[in-house]
Amino acid sequence: MHDVKTDAALDSAWSGGASPFAMGSKKLGMWLFIVSDTLTFSALLITYSYSRLTNPDWPKPFPMNPAIIFSTTMTVVLLASSLTMVMAVMAAQRNDRKSTVLWMIATMAGGLTFMGLHLREWFHLFEEGATITHNPWGTPQFGAVFFGITGMHMTHVLIGVIYLGIVATGYGRGKFSAEDVEVNGLYWHFVDLVWMFVFPLIYLMSVKY
Amino acid sequence: MVTHENGGGHGHHQAPTGFIRKYVFSIDHKVIGIQYLCLALFSVFVGMALSALMRLHLGWPNAHWSIFKGGLMTPEQYLALMTMHGTIMVFMVLTTAPQSGFGNYFLPIQIGAADMAFPVLNMLSFWTTMVSLLVMIAAFFVAGGAPIGGWTSYPPLSALGEMAGPGQGAGETLWIIGLAIFCGASLMGALNFITTLIDLRVKGMTLGRLPLTCWTWFVTAILGLLAFGVLLAACILLLLDRIAGTSFFIPGGLVITDQVITWHKGGSPLLWQHLFWFFGHPEVYIAILPGMGVASHLLSTFSRKPVFGYRAMVGAICGIGFLGFCVWGHHMFISGMSPYSAFAFSILTMTIGVPSAIKTFNWLGTLWGGKITFNCAMLFALGFVSLFVSGGLSGLFLAQPALDLYLHDGYFVVAHFHLIMGVAAIFGMFAGLYFWFPKMFGRFLNEGIGKLHFWLTFIGVYAIFMPMHFLGLAGHPRRYFDTTAVDFLQKLQPVHVFISIAAFITIGAQLIFLFNFFYSLFAGKECKEENPWHATTLEWSIPSPPPFDNFAGVEPVVYHGPYEFSVPGAADDYIPQHLAPNLVKKA
Repeated sequence: MHDVKTDAALDSAWSGGASPFAMGSKKLGMWLFIVSDTLTFSALLITYSYSRLTNPDWPKPFPMNPAIIFSTTMTVVLLASSLTMVMAVMAAQRNDRKSTVLWMIATMAGGLTFMGLHLREWFHLFEEGATITHNPWGTPQFGAVFFGITGMHMTHVLIGVIYLGIVATGYGRGKFSAEDVEVNGLYWHFVDLVWMFVFPLIYLMSVKY
Repeated sequence: MVTHENGGGHGHHQAPTGFIRKYVFSIDHKVIGIQYLCLALFSVFVGMALSALMRLHLGWPNAHWSIFKGGLMTPEQYLALMTMHGTIMVFMVLTTAPQSGFGNYFLPIQIGAADMAFPVLNMLSFWTTMVSLLVMIAAFFVAGGAPIGGWTSYPPLSALGEMAGPGQGAGETLWIIGLAIFCGASLMGALNFITTLIDLRVKGMTLGRLPLTCWTWFVTAILGLLAFGVLLAACILLLLDRIAGTSFFIPGGLVITDQVITWHKGGSPLLWQHLFWFFGHPEVYIAILPGMGVASHLLSTFSRKPVFGYRAMVGAICGIGFLGFCVWGHHMFISGMSPYSAFAFSILTMTIGVPSAIKTFNWLGTLWGGKITFNCAMLFALGFVSLFVSGGLSGLFLAQPALDLYLHDGYFVVAHFHLIMGVAAIFGMFAGLYFWFPKMFGRFLNEGIGKLHFWLTFIGVYAIFMPMHFLGLAGHPRRYFDTTAVDFLQKLQPVHVFISIAAFITIGAQLIFLFNFFYSLFAGKECKEENPWHATTLEWSIPSPPPFDNFAGVEPVVYHGPYEFSVPGAADDYIPQHLAPNLVKKA
C-alpha cells in the first residue's frame, strides 16, 4: 500500500516494535545502572587520586607479607565468585534450575568470604591504629579514602549477596526467568570489576618496600 | 518483540480500582507524571515565597516587617532563604517538572507505548523524590534552621558543622541527605526513560521520526544518569566529612569564628567544586533541554510548518548534552585554576554557543513564513526563545576568564542563570502545560486569563532580571545581606526597589495562573476532540484524557515524521504520524 521507502524504515531494528539491542528491558536497565554506578565509583577513585597527589606524606603501609598476600587472596576469592556466577548463568540458560541455584549459592559464599576476609583486614588495620580519621603512618587522608572506598565497595558486595539470595530463591521457585539470573550476574561482575580497579590503586600502589 | 514480553510496560492492561493504587501508589505513568507536576507546583510556590521574602529585605533593608522576629531579617535568615530557594527551585522544580512531569506523561504516549519500561520503578522514583523533598523541607524546622551555604554548598564551611553558622548543623546534614536521596530518585527515573525510549517505541517510530520533545527527554535522561552518580559520590564524601570526621574537603590550618581547626587537614575544597560542577553544569541542561524540545514542538505546530532542520536540531541537542560535560571548569575560573585549563574550559564553553545558535536559527527558520497562531502555548514558546537568547548571550561574557574575574559572584551571574536556567525553563513548562492541558484533563486552560498571565510574566521577568545585569556590572556582589553598609551599593538601592516591585507584580501574576489552573480544571472549556490543535504526534490520536493503557490495546503504527505540516499535495495542513499513507487525503 505504501511506498518502498516507508517499508525499509519499518524493517530496521531502530524503527520500534523490536528491541534494537536484541535484549530485554531489564538487562538494558541494569547496564544503564552500571553506567551510573561507574560514574559514582569514578568520582570516588578520582577523589583518591586527588588526595594522593595533593598530600606528599601519603603512606605506603602494606607489606608484601601479610597485607598484599592477604588482599590478593581476597581478590582471588572474589574473582572465583565471578566464575561461579558464569556457571549459574549458563545453567539457567540450560533451564537447569537445581545447578543454577547451587552455583548462585556458591557465588554468595564467595561474596560472603570476601566480606569476611575484608572485615578481618579492616580490624587488623584498626588494631594498628588506622581509622577513617587517623593513622600512624602519614596523612589522615589515607584512612579516609581507604575505608571510604573499600566500605562503599563492600556495601555493593553486601547488596549483591542479598540480591543473589532473592533471585536464587525466586528462580528456584520458578518465579524468575533465566534472564533475571543473567541480569543479576551483570551486577555481580560489575562489583568484581570495580574491585579490579580498587585493588591495584589502593593496595598495590601502597606496598611498603 | 523481545521487549514487549519482558519489558513489563505492557504487562498490565487492567486499570486499578482502589483509590490508593489509582492515585497514590499508582504505577500508571500518566498519574505519576501528574504527581510529579503537583510536587513541582507545590515546590515552585514554596521557592517563590522564599524569594519574595528575600526581595522584601533587599528592596527595603531597614523597614520593619512583623513577619520577622524583632521586625528585621537576620543575615543568617537571608542566607537560609537563599539556599533553600536555590535548592528547591533547581532540584524540585526545574529537574522534576519538565523531565519527570511532562516526560513521564508524554514520552510513552508519543512513542506509542502503554507505559514506561519499569512502572514500579517509576512509582518508586516519584516517592523517593517526595521523601527527598520532605527531608529538605525538614531542614527549616530543626535547631539552627535551614542551611546557609547556598545551593552549591561549598566546603569547607559546609563540611565543618554548626561552628560555621546556625544552619550548618542539623539543617545542612538534612540538606545533604535529601540531595543524596534525590540522586537515587533521578537515577531510577533516568534509566527508566532511556530504556523506555530505546525499547518501547511502536513499530515505525524510528529515531528519525521521534518528536523533538522525546529527543530532549532522552538526552536529558542520559545527562541525569551520568551526572547524578557523581553528585551522589560527592554527597557521600561530604557526609563523611561531617559525620565520620574525615577531611576530604577540609584543608589544614583553618580558623573559623576565632577557633583554630586542628582536627582536620589534608583535604581540598577544590575537589568538591570539581565533583559538584561535573554534576552542576549538566544539571543546567537537564533543566533547559526539555524546554527546548517543547518550544521546537510548539513553534512547528502553531506555525503549521515542519521544524526547520530536524536533523540539525537533533545534532544540536546531542551536542549540547555532550559539551555539557566538558565545561564544568568555567564555574571555577577564580577558584585557583591554571590559566591554561581556564583557556581550554573557556573555549569549550563558548563552543556551546554553536549548537545553541543552530537551535535559535532553526526556531526562527521554523517561524519564517508560517501561519502563526498566537495562543497562550505559542506565546510561552516564543517567550522561551526570547529568554533563551537573552539569557544565553550573557553566558558568552561569563565564559571568558578575564571578564569572569570581574563578573563572577556578582549580580550579572544571578541575572544570567535566572534568565536561562530558571525563567526560560519555566516558560518551556508553561508552554507545555497550556498545550497539553486539554489532553491531560479534558479541558482547556482559559486563554484570556492565560494571555494576561503571559504578558505580566514576560514583562515581569525581564523587569526583574535585566536590571540585575547592571547591578553586576556596577560591581554588586551576589549573596550580600546588607546592601546599605557600603557607599557604592547604597547608590544602587533604587534599582533594588525597582526589582522588588517587579518581583511582587510577577509573583501576583503567578497567582492568576494558579487561579486559571484550578478554575479551568473544574470549569474550563471542555475538550471533546482528540486533536484540538491539529497536531501530528501520537498523543493527539487518543481520547482526552487518555485511557489507562493509552492506546486501548491497539498499537499504532507510525508512517510519518513528527512534523508533517502543510505537506504539498495533502488536503489537510497536517498529517498525523500514525495515518497510513493511503489514508492521507489528497488536495
